[in-house]
Amino acid sequence: MILSVHDLSVTLGGSHILQGVSFDVPPTGITALLGRNGVGKTTTLRAVLGEIPATGSVDFGGVPALGRPTHRLVRDGLGYVPEDRCVFAGLTVAENLRLAVRSQDPDFRTVFGLFPELKQRSDQSAGTLSGGQQQMLALARVLLNPQRLLLIDEPTKGLAPAVISAVAAALERMAERVPMLLVEQNLAVVRRLARDAVVLAAGRVAWHGPTEELLGDPARTRDLLGVGSTVRRP
Amino acid sequence: MSTVVLLTLTGLGLAALYFLIASGLSLVFGLAGVLNFAHGLFLSVGAYAGWFVATHWALGPAIPVGVAAGAATGALVELVVIRPLYRRPTEQVLATVGLSLAGVALLQSIWGADPRSYPRPAWTAHTTGVLGAQVPDDRFLLIGAAVLVLAALLAFLRWTRYGLIIRAGVENRAMVSALGIDVRAAFTLVFTLGGALAGAAGVLGGMYFGSVSPGQGAGLLIFAFIVVVIGGLGSVTGCAVAAVAVGLLQQFVNYYGTSGAGDVSVVALLAVVLLLRPGGVAGKVTA
Ligand SMILES: Nc1ncnc2c1ncn2[C@@H]1O[C@H](COP(=O)(O)OP(=O)(O)OP(=O)(O)O)[C@@H](O)[C@H]1O
Ligand SMILES: [Mg+2]
Repeated sequence: MILSVHDLSVTLGGSHILQGVSFDVPPTGITALLGRNGVGKTTTLRAVLGEIPATGSVDFGGVPALGRPTHRLVRDGLGYVPEDRCVFAGLTVAENLRLAVRSQDPDFRTVFGLFPELKQRSDQSAGTLSGGQQQMLALARVLLNPQRLLLIDEPTKGLAPAVISAVAAALERMAERVPMLLVEQNLAVVRRLARDAVVLAAGRVAWHGPTEELLGDPARTRDLLGVGSTVRRP
Repeated sequence: MSTVVLLTLTGLGLAALYFLIASGLSLVFGLAGVLNFAHGLFLSVGAYAGWFVATHWALGPAIPVGVAAGAATGALVELVVIRPLYRRPTEQVLATVGLSLAGVALLQSIWGADPRSYPRPAWTAHTTGVLGAQVPDDRFLLIGAAVLVLAALLAFLRWTRYGLIIRAGVENRAMVSALGIDVRAAFTLVFTLGGALAGAAGVLGGMYFGSVSPGQGAGLLIFAFIVVVIGGLGSVTGCAVAAVAVGLLQQFVNYYGTSGAGDVSVVALLAVVLLLRPGGVAGKVTA
């Protein structure tokens, strides 16, 4: 297991958001982290990354992760693509990429192979990119460096259907090289990409198993994820 | 006409001083989120260090020594006082206020509360004719230093790795950490940089006013804070524009209005900017 989360608890602003979350992420392929809006998916990723205080235990690549500073975990190969992309709007595309580089020999070939547009737009300020382009830049930032696990939070949120399928294709290619824990509301994307799924409900893991088993059962899907979930084809 | 020229250059000289103080203050707040009331202490330490060297040794090294003393104070304050308190912003502000008060008291106990006369290069006592006005040369010393610092800061922010980290960190420091960068090192750097610039302002201000006193830093800090807010937190260019606006306004209103009206007009300008553009003239961007 590349990541083992055990009994993870987080309290934010007085409310007990995660109440003992436990799950594992295998070292290959994509694992989906699912659940209704506001259940604590983003909170889980941020706690693993050390951005917010948490109790319990998190083991990343055989090393305890809780309590370690974020930048050290990242340097150990934990890549993060946050929910709202968080590209630096005042920096150019090239500067955003340059900032992310931390290896001797950054993999620009893979990045520009997947996202040729970023090369053409290298002098454009990132704040003026479209949502889809910003998402690509956010993914590119983690692809420049060798990684052992990627935490990716709702990469298709707010994108048009054609762009969603481009992003899904990019994720599929990326997953050939590095495992991912993927938060995603678009169930068609989840079905296409994720082998396993972890479902959060009421601060705990409510279901854990093969994605096909979850999504192949409409009643269970509705029960765990709610009727509002997107099932549009990518 | 000659009065207008003289007032303009004097206002710009004052603006230069405000800029030197405010640019560091602004980067510290923009990046590290610290409202640093101890910034005036960096200035005073630089001023007294420069004064000490100038009176006991030579005038030449006064500026580099003042800059080094300010930088060292900035770094030390960040590492010892600010760093343990990043998760406790209220205590952090209180600590900087306390430090600034203690610093004034310490300087007072060593060199007394009265102003000490500040040595200055002989040439700054001369005047130069500009469009019919006789302008004291010390104005040009200040303006020249500030323009140099502005150009150097912009080049640093634009072209260096740390400049890139600072610009990104002003936007979103959590995301900088999430890229594997130790943003705390950049915090120490901006404190050191801010301390160096404040130290330079201390020495140049001492030469300009002709004297130094323990409370000088805190007095200038108030206007520097106003410049930072008007300029937009974290923006060096915004800072420069705001410093010029504040310096000129203060000079002109003080000359043509009743005494003290200059300070009131600066506060009025602050209120107007906050009403029209709550993010300051530049919003929250560094460059
Ligand atoms: N800093 C905070 N203070 C208080 N409550 C918070 C804070 N951050 C998040 N929360 C709450 O924690 C809960 C979980 O938030 P989180 O962002 O992890 O949900 P999510 O599963 O990612 O939701 P979404 O699908 O909408 O992205 C929400 O109810 C949210 O309001
Ligand atoms: Mg979320």
